[in-house]
Amino acid sequence: MTALLEVARVTKSFGRTRALEGVSLSAAAGAVTAVLGENGAGKSTLMQILAGALRPDGGEIFFDGRPYRPRSPRDGAEAGIAMVHQEAHVCPELTVAENIALGREPRHGPFVSRRVQRRRAGAVIERLVPEGLDPDRSAGELSVGDRQFVCIARALSYAPRLLILDEPTSALTRVETERLFTAIARLQCEGIAILYISHFLEEVERLADRYVVLRDGSTVGDGRMGDRSLDDIVALMAGASVAAPSARTRGEPGGVVLEATALAGTPLPTAASLFLRRGEVLGIGGLIGAGRSELLRAIFGLDTIASGSLSVHGLTRTDARPRDRWAQGMGFLSEDRKGEGLADQMSVSENVTLAEIRPLLSFRSPREKRAAARRLIDAIRIKTTGPDAPVSSLSGGNQQKVALARLLHQKVDILVLDEPTRGVDVRSRNEIHALIDRLAAEGAGVLIVSSYLPELFALADRIQVMTRGVLGPSRPVAEASPTEVLREATGA
Amino acid sequence: MTDVPPPTRRRWRWPGETGPLAALVAVYLLFVLISPDNFGRALIIETMVRQTVVVAILSVGMTLVIIKGGIDLSVGSVVALTTVVCARVSQSDPGVGFVVLAGLGVGVAAGLLNGIFVAWLRITPFIVTLATMSITRGTAKGISDQKMIDGHTYGLDAWMSAVPADSHALVPAGVWLAVAVALAAGVLLHFTPLGRHIVAIGSNALTARLCGVSVERVTAITYALMGLLGGIAGLMEFATLTVGDPTDSIGLELDVIAAVVIGGGSLSGGRGSIAGAIFGALLMTVIKMGANTIGLDNWVQEILTGIIILIAVGLDRLRAPAT
Repeated sequence: MTALLEVARVTKSFGRTRALEGVSLSAAAGAVTAVLGENGAGKSTLMQILAGALRPDGGEIFFDGRPYRPRSPRDGAEAGIAMVHQEAHVCPELTVAENIALGREPRHGPFVSRRVQRRRAGAVIERLVPEGLDPDRSAGELSVGDRQFVCIARALSYAPRLLILDEPTSALTRVETERLFTAIARLQCEGIAILYISHFLEEVERLADRYVVLRDGSTVGDGRMGDRSLDDIVALMAGASVAAPSARTRGEPGGVVLEATALAGTPLPTAASLFLRRGEVLGIGGLIGAGRSELLRAIFGLDTIASGSLSVHGLTRTDARPRDRWAQGMGFLSEDRKGEGLADQMSVSENVTLAEIRPLLSFRSPREKRAAARRLIDAIRIKTTGPDAPVSSLSGGNQQKVALARLLHQKVDILVLDEPTRGVDVRSRNEIHALIDRLAAEGAGVLIVSSYLPELFALADRIQVMTRGVLGPSRPVAEASPTEVLREATGA
Repeated sequence: MTDVPPPTRRRWRWPGETGPLAALVAVYLLFVLISPDNFGRALIIETMVRQTVVVAILSVGMTLVIIKGGIDLSVGSVVALTTVVCARVSQSDPGVGFVVLAGLGVGVAAGLLNGIFVAWLRITPFIVTLATMSITRGTAKGISDQKMIDGHTYGLDAWMSAVPADSHALVPAGVWLAVAVALAAGVLLHFTPLGRHIVAIGSNALTARLCGVSVERVTAITYALMGLLGGIAGLMEFATLTVGDPTDSIGLELDVIAAVVIGGGSLSGGRGSIAGAIFGALLMTVIKMGANTIGLDNWVQEILTGIIILIAVGLDRLRAPAT
């Protein structure tokens, strides 16, 4: 079997970050090749390179025996490589047929030929889902699964020889997933090569002929599916090099400050039970999209709670808003620093003091705010020209410290942290880890979500894993291993 | 290719234009009941239609802009500038062709200016057109020395005046022009790639870009089209006034936006209807004339118009499928 696609030692850096250190893989016509790896292993970067959205720094790519150097996604599509993104990109106001033809409408003189457009859409849909998808329906009326099919149909209309599917099932129900698998099998029979990115190992085991495992931007293993046990593959993904839990300075935990029972959100999580004590760090592992962030948001009152009970400092309440939580001594750090965590255009001191609870018409001296910010800048070593600097002028790591400083300024004793070191340089990451450790030692309860396993293991006293909206049982970190956590998260 | 099941039968839904049309008929009938002497006659319909021409032409363009997810506040000023330029140009008696070309040229130039700023400099359309609203208004006042200026209409005034009693024409030519403009825009919107791309950008600009739609170019063209229609509307306004008036059509942009919204347009883009917008424009004329005829004060008209807008948008919320 000769490979249709051959990727050899491809590298890619963003600034000082090496996203790909040397990735090699091959894909054959008529076969499904699974691309596996943890979050941040380099899968998306690689796929964007293949689709033509990014250009590699080094290495070689051969497609159909010829060097492949696309300059744009359009180039890639014309060469025969089409990509379907994780989120379904459709225009809800256009019909299915229009969405499929968008950007390349068949013409009849100056007009769109609706007849041809409809016929072509019908032909592509016929290949994909013969049970039917009405080309005249507007895309806004479709289920998430059918929207996914519209996107795949759009990709197919480029007549690709290689189709990249990025986490296609993450938003689908079981039934929709089955339909998708049938469709993939059909495309395979037509001789189309498929690169299938997924976190769900049980899916991959059913679907894929071969697999490639990436870790930290390198290919660490590949082979025929079934030649290696899923356990071995998980171990490859996790890597053996996960650091042992670092020495902690804190002692025995104190009383319970936060307790949730069968908590369900809208729509995620579906069932989450946990408790958090003074002086301990509880780590939540799991995949992106499993409902971890939604759990934190529900606890902090950002998202509505559908059912279950939640008590904070012994006070049971499920309709609290963020303002109430701040008043109770709970602070929240958003995973989306730019979009939600910080007011981009305001100064460091304004951002640090933004969560203060004061009457709307009361005088608050800017000088005091600046002084408070200055103390925190010194205490956690934020690199900035001063409290008046716009927060957007700081580096990512220092911005994150400002976001954390807001929690310190409120002197919260429950910290709810969502991906506290995402997009942060190594040095700041270590400082933030030390800070979290110190806060726990001083008696705060810390609830932390992280997709970075070494971080979870370095910080947490106990770990729970979220899988498709359900939070698993708690276990002490000493009794857990990264491989186990990854297994639980991927449902292997 | 064996047994493909027939397309799933969809629940019948009233087209989006039903609401504005029903409201138009209902309000008109209400005035017929109140004042059958005035509203029972065919003549008043001709008058109402004639008085709606300018707003109708503008709301056709505004529908395109709003579907694309934009807004244009400068249309009232563009109309005023067009009347002034047409009047000024006609003073040297260059012939009707020149006057028309000058009017259309002014409109397209103003529209392109908006388009360039919105598309390539990525400034919010509200801000850009707020600025150009002021610039065009100022230019009109400068050119006319802040006075109304006379000019030759070359018979253009017949396009907008009442049909003479001895004529067989149903309505003056200006009305047919508005109908033609609406039909042409409808064809453009529904049957050309440009039109479909306008809808796609308003619906989901990220997807449109992903699919290779040139968002900038389509945006600029949409505003230029709005400008062209502003020029045509300005010519019709010049035909109505027979002079150039720099203070004409102040606040007209709000009537135009209201017409589009009553007609089913969504300011978040993706949705809107040309026919609906024209029904909306007619509805506002009916309210204005009706209220005048039965002696209601201006403030009552304004409240009525506001209520109609709220009802239109509220009903739209209720019938829109949850997305």
